[in-house]
Amino acid sequence: MLRPQARRAIGRVSLSRRLSSQVPATAKMTMFAAINDAMRVALATDPRAVVFGEDVAFGGVFRCTMGLLEEFGKERVLNMPINEQGLVGFGIGMAAVGGTAIAEVQFADYIFPAMDQICNEAAKFRYRSGGEFDVGGLTIRAPANAVGHGGHYHSQSPEAYFAHTPGLKVVYPRDAITAKGLLLACIRDRNPCIFFEPKVLYRSSVQEVPTGDFMLPLGKAEVLTEGSDITLVAWGAQVHVMLKAAARAAEEGISVECIDLATILPWDMHTIRDSVRKTGRLVVTHEAPLTAGFGAEICATIQTHCFDSLEAPIARVCGADTPFPLALEKLYLPDELKVYDAIKQAVSY
Amino acid sequence: MLNLARLAWRPAACRPSAHGARRSFASAGVPLSRFVGAQTPYTHECSFYYPHVHDLPAAMPVFRLMDDEGVAVAGGVLPDLDEPTCVRMMETMVSVNEFDKVFFDAQRQGRLSFYFTNRGEEACAVGSCAALKLEDWIWPQYRELGAIFWRGYTYEEAANQCCHNELDMTKGRQLPMHIGSPEKYSMYVKSNLGQQVPAANGAAYFQKLLGKERCAITYFGEGCASEGDIPSALNIAAVHGCPTIFFCRNNGYAISTHTDDQYKSDGIAPRGVAFGMPSIRVDGNDIFAVYAATARAREIAVREGKPTMIEAMSYRINSHSTSDDDSKYRRSESPEAGYDSERDYWEARSPIVRFGKHLIAKGWWSAQREDDLRKVLRKRAITALNDAEKIPQPHPKHLYTDVFDTIPWHLELQQATLKDHLTRYRKHYPDVSDEHINSL
Repeated sequence: MLRPQARRAIGRVSLSRRLSSQVPATAKMTMFAAINDAMRVALATDPRAVVFGEDVAFGGVFRCTMGLLEEFGKERVLNMPINEQGLVGFGIGMAAVGGTAIAEVQFADYIFPAMDQICNEAAKFRYRSGGEFDVGGLTIRAPANAVGHGGHYHSQSPEAYFAHTPGLKVVYPRDAITAKGLLLACIRDRNPCIFFEPKVLYRSSVQEVPTGDFMLPLGKAEVLTEGSDITLVAWGAQVHVMLKAAARAAEEGISVECIDLATILPWDMHTIRDSVRKTGRLVVTHEAPLTAGFGAEICATIQTHCFDSLEAPIARVCGADTPFPLALEKLYLPDELKVYDAIKQAVSY
Repeated sequence: MLNLARLAWRPAACRPSAHGARRSFASAGVPLSRFVGAQTPYTHECSFYYPHVHDLPAAMPVFRLMDDEGVAVAGGVLPDLDEPTCVRMMETMVSVNEFDKVFFDAQRQGRLSFYFTNRGEEACAVGSCAALKLEDWIWPQYRELGAIFWRGYTYEEAANQCCHNELDMTKGRQLPMHIGSPEKYSMYVKSNLGQQVPAANGAAYFQKLLGKERCAITYFGEGCASEGDIPSALNIAAVHGCPTIFFCRNNGYAISTHTDDQYKSDGIAPRGVAFGMPSIRVDGNDIFAVYAATARAREIAVREGKPTMIEAMSYRINSHSTSDDDSKYRRSESPEAGYDSERDYWEARSPIVRFGKHLIAKGWWSAQREDDLRKVLRKRAITALNDAEKIPQPHPKHLYTDVFDTIPWHLELQQATLKDHLTRYRKHYPDVSDEHINSL
């Protein structure tokens, strides 16, 4: 294992090489390795950064914290007792006095014991003190989305709960590159951030990821494919379902504009608005249940801003309003065919 | 099948009495304390129970250095505090008391939305904070006005916060008495219970990580100790050696709920030992005992790198807040003969009375001096309140600031929508000035 100084030196070299040549140095990484790399950069560049969570010392159940303890020491990479409210509260306290707190909640399904800490404390810390204190240094990572065999408690996508609480930023990467860039941006952002990692992509997303210091902007959606007939919006693992459905529709000559929302809050309304004004149609798709899912917010707002442009009712293709199932997961999920069908219905309205 | 005959057969001594008896631990010749939250023997020794070292007694004793009359107890070692410091501790407690009186009455007159007093518990906040360094972070519950007054927070600042005017640093966002200050290293009070306790760990741990000889103190009540956040925090603190001082004010009542309905344990202090940290029970009405225990706790935090638990036994003399009527639930009988009520008994033993007697005996204080001080403070509190009421309310733009570090598009849009609405329906919002609407 490299000594921290050596690691940091390597980080500087790769960064300076990138700046001099304007071609970012990359390395092939899985998404979990990219997340690991982001935390390594955070710890190396910020002596006030601390990583903590359940099982993080041995590398984490999804291997995202592998090697961090050996490299940065047990004072900065802490195993936490199984207590989400305690560990998130710990992060709030650290961030409130100037620390950079990077917390891992082992599954998004287990974030609820910390709900009070997140929604009543972290989210309101700046507001209730008139800006005299803040916990902008807090980032909470949590694996979310379906995995194929997770059942009720290893599959949920709870972003809407947090989007409903003013004061939090809620972010979803879709692959290894965005995971690294957005996570580092969350860690350095001056607001408390919740970073949901689509667990099905930890090993399956493999990309050439920029090495060294690399950030992507928060609050910015990304147009993945340009199109003129219909706009599709998704985030997290559902982006890949959206792209497959769009490809299927494209075979029939339908031109689909696919947008990865990436940041749930504050969401990039303008990119979606501009797209819908162009295409006249919108389908929003997410894994979380339909009712009061974040898709509802997008539909309502876009309807207000694009009423004169709409050629068809805005549609949502979402998870059922049921607890997340096990045997019937395939039927619950807004799969490629359901999204494809919504595209067809919208263009033929 | 429940055997009623067998139950009835039990000797009278084993039957629980109306209240209190289950936590009474009589031992020959040792006087028992009569606190609502635990009736256990007194001790003059400032000894923390260390887990894995000391046997935990069936009932943790109450450490005190002054008796009910303010007389130093035999064998006790009084903290080495000079006259100016002792006088300042007394003056701070009195200043809390006078502020409370004026602002409690102001709420009753309809001038404030809400208030709660510190009466009876002044020594917990002042005595503990006096034993800390300025840069030790305070994570308050809400009955610790004395802690921040000790650090120099002024009547005027508190009045502006209570009147949520434009000089209130929190921009009028929280209920009265939800105070804090970065300069005083004191986090803001908030209404919810217990969440500050796990957070104190993070702040304390971070000081340790930076190599600073600093700690964090967090306050909570015995009722709040039933919240899940407290055991969560105790465990993490012990596991990671956070230099956190867990200061529980056991004042007997959580709004209306008597400790009999709050727990069956020997109060709160043994929970500290159970989670693995040195713990002590003190007489929270004895400011010397509170000071000595906190000074020792601070030493344990910065020298041994360990958290500690202090359970300070006290009594909440007033109602919980201006929103409840304590005559509906407060128990009436005095724990000892000679007093008209439970409250009267504890009034006579309240920290200001006791410390006053002690200082008068030393020649450092007098009834006249206290009287004069109270008159000055009362006038200052009334002036602060009157002045604060005259200062305008916060600008309506502060509905939207400080949610995030910068105002995102959706809040800008909502602000513009509000401005448009106020402009069109101006006469229906007489409390909002034209200037504020135009500059929104």
